[in-house]
Amino acid sequence: MELKDKLVSSFMAFEDMVDIDSPVHNIRTEAIKTFETEGFPTKRQEAWKYTSLNSILKHNYSVFPKHENALEYGDVKKYFIHDIDSYKIIFVDGKYSSHLSQTTHEGIDVCLMSAALTKPKYRLVIENYFNKIAAKDGLSSLNTAFSAEGAYIHIPKNKVVEKPIQILHFSTGNESALMLQPRNLVVVDENSHVQIIERHQSLTDNPVLTNCVTEIFANKRAIVDYYKIQNDRQTASLIDNTFINQKQESIAKVHTFSFGGKLTRNNLNFYQNGERIDSTMKGITIIGDKQHVDHNTLVHHIEPNCESHQDYKGIFDDKATGVFNGKVIVEKEAQKTNAFQANNNVLISDKASINTKPQLEIFADDVKCSHGCTIGQLDESAMFYLRSRGIPEKEAKGLLMFAFSNNVLDSVAIPEIKNRITKIIAQKLGVSIGFDL
Amino acid sequence: MLKINNLHASVEDKAILRGINLHVKPGEVHAIMGPNGSGKSTLASVIAGKEDYDVDEGEIIFEGEEIDDLGPEERAHKGIFLSFQYPVEIPGVSVTNFIKTAINETRKAKGLDDMPANEMLKLIREKSELLDINRKFLSRSLNEGFSGGEKKRNEIFQMAMLEPKLAILDETDSGLDIDALRIVANGVNKLKSKDNAVIVITHYQRLLDYIVPDYVHVLHNGRIVKSGSKELAHELEAKGYDWIKEEVEA
Repeated sequence: MELKDKLVSSFMAFEDMVDIDSPVHNIRTEAIKTFETEGFPTKRQEAWKYTSLNSILKHNYSVFPKHENALEYGDVKKYFIHDIDSYKIIFVDGKYSSHLSQTTHEGIDVCLMSAALTKPKYRLVIENYFNKIAAKDGLSSLNTAFSAEGAYIHIPKNKVVEKPIQILHFSTGNESALMLQPRNLVVVDENSHVQIIERHQSLTDNPVLTNCVTEIFANKRAIVDYYKIQNDRQTASLIDNTFINQKQESIAKVHTFSFGGKLTRNNLNFYQNGERIDSTMKGITIIGDKQHVDHNTLVHHIEPNCESHQDYKGIFDDKATGVFNGKVIVEKEAQKTNAFQANNNVLISDKASINTKPQLEIFADDVKCSHGCTIGQLDESAMFYLRSRGIPEKEAKGLLMFAFSNNVLDSVAIPEIKNRITKIIAQKLGVSIGFDL
Repeated sequence: MLKINNLHASVEDKAILRGINLHVKPGEVHAIMGPNGSGKSTLASVIAGKEDYDVDEGEIIFEGEEIDDLGPEERAHKGIFLSFQYPVEIPGVSVTNFIKTAINETRKAKGLDDMPANEMLKLIREKSELLDINRKFLSRSLNEGFSGGEKKRNEIFQMAMLEPKLAILDETDSGLDIDALRIVANGVNKLKSKDNAVIVITHYQRLLDYIVPDYVHVLHNGRIVKSGSKELAHELEAKGYDWIKEEVEA
């Protein structure tokens, strides 16, 4: 059976597991209909021209894992940013793992979507925010239809959350192939500040497909700092759909570090509903073999005096392929918008490729918008310069790559993340760098 | 120390060096002068191992060993240093981190451990004072936004740190005002010893007032057409290069 049919027919079984009288369930039923009509995207669609899901849809995925699987912290510690104190919302094969997690209800809610969707005390927040900005396309609808578990984070106003929140999804490989549909909701109220780290990690080479939806609401003057660490095995694929709604004077930053996985598609969407909003999206992609990473970004400038900053760097080796599709819409009312976009790439091998496409739709006349895409090989004269100082070819390459991706790390606010990413980059480039950047 | 015998080199089938012979002994300073396009910078790059050039004939022997097949880093490890005419800008790597990496990679190639951090700091302080380089400069990205003078001073700073046996200064005087020229030349002179050698490549005689050569060679059309003492440099300065060209072509 095709995956699409399998998913549609599993919906009835899914209904046995959730509260079908909840108002959320109407949203789910609508969503499964949308998915049934839309299905999975194909290369015929403009936004999917360079990314084909065919090879990852062919597996016979389990949609609901049969049993709960436990993990010991010691075995998975390395996937955490473990040298900082943090809240943790941890899932194993899609199921919440209470013994790996550290949630809280003290002044803030850092807990589970399953609780938020069912308990009355969360009903108002769910009514106001759930599925309000997620796209109504096939993939997001599929996630909405099966939305039952994930992270639920609500920061009431005037709270600076001192500890970052880590959301980790592990897959154990106990299923021969597994599909996961995590659903996260993050609501940050007036003047509040939160830092979130998200990671999806499979622990064996059994195929995993994750179709994740995260809705983030940054209300007035809120600050949301979000880090996505994508360094999964080459049998794991991720479709990440993130939607951020910003109110006036809020700041939202998303850093996406894509170092692994078979196929990674990041649909990252910012909607600016207010004045003096700042949106930042940055990314470093370093892949090889036959890996594929696709960044599909959107910034929708709706009101005046807002800014957006995009900076994506990519390094592609072997037969790796990359896509950058950055869309910036500036509405007629959005005067005095500053929108910057940069996508710079280095192809290390002749067989690697990148398709990069800025899309600017500007309807206002008093704006500053810039974009730049570059695709290059390593600078030969820089290589000679480094080598002539005694730095061997491999290390020289590594040093240049570090330098190339360096400025993306400047805006990382958590030093432990910066260190970790620096180490991962060193490892990816196969060099030992004798200093910290 | 360095013996170049009948060296022919080309780039994309275009012959640039057409039979260079040059012998440099420890303790000596050689100046290579010549008009634009005579092959001066090519000679410097070929000795340092730039792979854009094909060596078609002849050999380069450094300390008794043929180095034609060695990569630039291996030549550096043996003690060859090229001060670039146009140092490359590398945003994102600080001067300090760059030089640390260069020193430790060179040590690694010799089977030594990394230089201890305090020793490294001391060396950096000592050598940067020698070249009148301030601390802030060292934490800037390598050559990025440096003035011409700063770039050249940074080259000689690297040379001071790496202590090469053979230093090749490619047009180190270009882009320098007289004060910077003095600082750079003074730095080079302080590093000179009976065990190391310097090849100064220059278009003008000016630098040679400060770094006094034992031998002056004139390069024309890919060959050394005249060699002499430091007086030859003065003659060239006074008379230009045309008389040499005429002499050669006669």
